[in-house]
Amino acid sequence: MTITRRKVLKSLAGAAAVAAAAPLSSFAKGSDDIVIGSLHDLSGGLDILGKPMQDAMQLAVQEINDAGGLLGKKVSIVTMDPQSNMQLYAQYAQQMALKDKVTALFGGITSASREVIRPVMKRFNALYFYNTQYEGGVCDRNTFCTGQTPAQNVDKLVPYVTKRWGKKIYILAADYNYGHITTDWIKKYAGQVDATVIGADFFPLDVNQFGPTIQKIQAAKPDMVISVLVGGAHMAFYRQWAAAGMNKKIPMASTTFNNGNEHIVLSKDESDGIVTAFSYFESINSPINKGFVDRWHKKYGADYPYIGELAAATYQGVHLWAMGVKKAGSLDRMKMIQALETGISFDGPSGKVTIDPVTHHCVLDIQIAECKDKKWKILESYKQQKPVDTAAVCNLSKTPNENKQFVIKI
Amino acid sequence: MDYFAVVCLEVLNAVATLVLVSIGLAIVFGMMKVINLAHGEFIMIGGYAAITASKLGVNIWIAILLVSPIAVGLFGFVVERCIVRYLYGRMMDTMLATWGLSLLLIGLITSIYGNTTIGLSSPLGSMTIGAYQVSLYTVFIIAVAIAVLGGLYLLLTRTDFGLVARGVMQNASMSAALGINPARIYSVTFSLGAALAGLAGGVLAPITGVVPTIGVAYVAKSFITVIGGGASILTGTLAASSAFGTVNQLTTFLSTPVIGEVGLLLVAIVLVRMLPQGITGRFFRGRV
Repeated sequence: MTITRRKVLKSLAGAAAVAAAAPLSSFAKGSDDIVIGSLHDLSGGLDILGKPMQDAMQLAVQEINDAGGLLGKKVSIVTMDPQSNMQLYAQYAQQMALKDKVTALFGGITSASREVIRPVMKRFNALYFYNTQYEGGVCDRNTFCTGQTPAQNVDKLVPYVTKRWGKKIYILAADYNYGHITTDWIKKYAGQVDATVIGADFFPLDVNQFGPTIQKIQAAKPDMVISVLVGGAHMAFYRQWAAAGMNKKIPMASTTFNNGNEHIVLSKDESDGIVTAFSYFESINSPINKGFVDRWHKKYGADYPYIGELAAATYQGVHLWAMGVKKAGSLDRMKMIQALETGISFDGPSGKVTIDPVTHHCVLDIQIAECKDKKWKILESYKQQKPVDTAAVCNLSKTPNENKQFVIKI
Repeated sequence: MDYFAVVCLEVLNAVATLVLVSIGLAIVFGMMKVINLAHGEFIMIGGYAAITASKLGVNIWIAILLVSPIAVGLFGFVVERCIVRYLYGRMMDTMLATWGLSLLLIGLITSIYGNTTIGLSSPLGSMTIGAYQVSLYTVFIIAVAIAVLGGLYLLLTRTDFGLVARGVMQNASMSAALGINPARIYSVTFSLGAALAGLAGGVLAPITGVVPTIGVAYVAKSFITVIGGGASILTGTLAASSAFGTVNQLTTFLSTPVIGEVGLLLVAIVLVRMLPQGITGRFFRGRV
C-alpha cells in the first residue's frame, strides 16, 4: 500500500467529520468557520424526537458546505445534548452564545425548552431557530419558528374529518400546555363547521391505562376520536383501543401521531386508518422530496425508520438561515434578520417554505394523510398556509421590540 | 346494565393489575423486610424479556407466562446472592442498594434497547358486552391475577416449603436452630418475588408497551398497595388492591383520569393514617 498525499488528506477529512459529528466537539471546528449551534435532546425521554433533528442539521450543513459554504467559509455545528433537562438547556444555550459564539442556534423541542432558550439568545444577540410544531403565539424578532401552528394544521384537519366522518368529536389530550391549547383550537375549528366536541379527557404523561376512557368514549358515541396524546406511555392508548376492537368502529384523527414514530412501533392493524395533518410526510411525491429522502438514506442508512415532520422542519430551517446569510452578505445579526424578513423562501421537501416577515413564522404547505400499512397515504394538500393564529396577536413590523409568547384568545 | 357490567370489568382489571404489580414486592417486603426499590425495573425487565422472546419466535403465551418470570426470577436470584444477602436486617441499606440497582438497570436497558417504546400487539381479540366492546385481554389479566393469588395460597399453606418459609420469616434463628438453612429460604423467596414481578411485566407488556423508565410508574403504586395491605401477604395485597383499584377506576369513570390518580393517593393517605399497620394489621389478622 502506498501512502499518497491525497489519501492522507482524505483520511484526515474523514477523521474531522467523525470528530465534528461527536457531541461536545467544539474544538474540532476550523478557526474561521461559521459556527451554528444544535441544542436537541439526544438522550432522555425526548431523544426519539431530538436525534432526527440533529441528523437533519448535519445533512443540511453538509449540503451547504458541499455547495461551497457561506461567504467563502465552511459552516460547522457545535452540538450539545441537554438530556431532556431544562436546567441544562439554559446552561448550554448560554455556553453556546458566549463561549462558542454561535451565529445562530437551532434547537428546543418542547415549548418549555424553547422558552428557556429564547430569552438567552435574545440577551446575547444570537439568532434563534425553533423548528418544532407548536401551539403558536411566539412573538420575538430574534426568533424564527419554522414548524406549523394550529391555524395551519388543526384548521385543515378538523373540517376534513368532520366532513368525512360526522359532527361529534371526542378529544384525548396530554395534560400540559400543548394538549390543552390544541384542544381549545380543535373546539374553535369544530364550531366553525357546526361540529361539537362532546368530550375531552386529559392524561398526565405517565398514564398508560386507558380502559375506563375507552368505555366512556363508547358510552358517549362520538363520530370520531381526535388524539393529542404525546409520548411513550400514551402510545399504549392506540394499542388498547385496537385490542378492544374500537379502531374498526370509531375512526381516529390526530395532531401528534407519527412525531414519535408511533406508526413504526405499532402494528399495521393498530395504526391503519388514523388520519393526521402535517407539513411533511416522507411520502410527499415531489422531485425535491425524493432527492431529500435519497440523500438522507445515503447518509444515515437505508434502514432509517422514518424521516418525520420535525426533521424536515429542522432541515428547512437551516437552509432558510443559510439563504438569509447569503442575502445579508454578512454575519451581523441585524443584517441577517433584515435579510430573512425580505420574505425569503426555500423549496424544501415539504414544499415551498416562506418566512413571514410580520410574525417570523413560516408560510408552508399542509398535507392530510392516512396511515396505511405503516406508510402515509396523502389525501389532500393545501398550498401555502399562513400562520394566521400568531399573526392575530403579533406584528413585528409594527412592534419590533416585542418579546413574548402570546396566549392567543380562541 | 351493560354499562354497569363494563365498569365492573374495568374495576376488576384495575384490581388485578395492582395485584400483579405488587404481589412480588409484598413477598420480598412483607416476608423479608427488604425494601426493593428496583421492583419497578424487575417488572420492566419482564416486559423486555417477553417482547424479546416473542420477537425471536417464541410463542407469545410462553413468552409472557414462562420466559418473563423465569428470566427475572433467575436475575433476582443473582441479585440476592450478590447484593441483597449482605443487607438483611438493614432496611435502609436495602433501599439504597436497590435504588442504585434500579438506576443501573434503567441505564443498561436503555443502552441495549434504546429509549423508544416497544411492545407486542394484544394477542386476543375483543368481545361484546351489550353495546360495548372490551378487550378479551382484560379478562386474561384478571384470570392471571386470580391464578397467582390461588397458586401462592396453596404454596404457602399446603407445601413444606410454604411452612418453612413462613417459619423462617417469623423467626430466622429459631428455624436455624431446628436445622433449616435460612439463607437458602431467603434466596428462594427473593427469587420468587422477582419472578412474580417478571410475570407482571410480561403480562402487561402487550397492553402498555415498555420503555426503560416504565418501572417508575409502577413502583410507587406497588409500595402504596403493600403498605396499605399490611402484614399478611395475600390477604393484604388483595384487600389493598381492591380498595385502591376500585377508587381509582370509579373516580376515573365519574370524572377524569387525573382525578382518578388523585383519588387513589388520597384514599391511601387516609388509610395509612387510620390503619398505620395496614388493612391486615387490624382486620384479617394472622392470615397468609
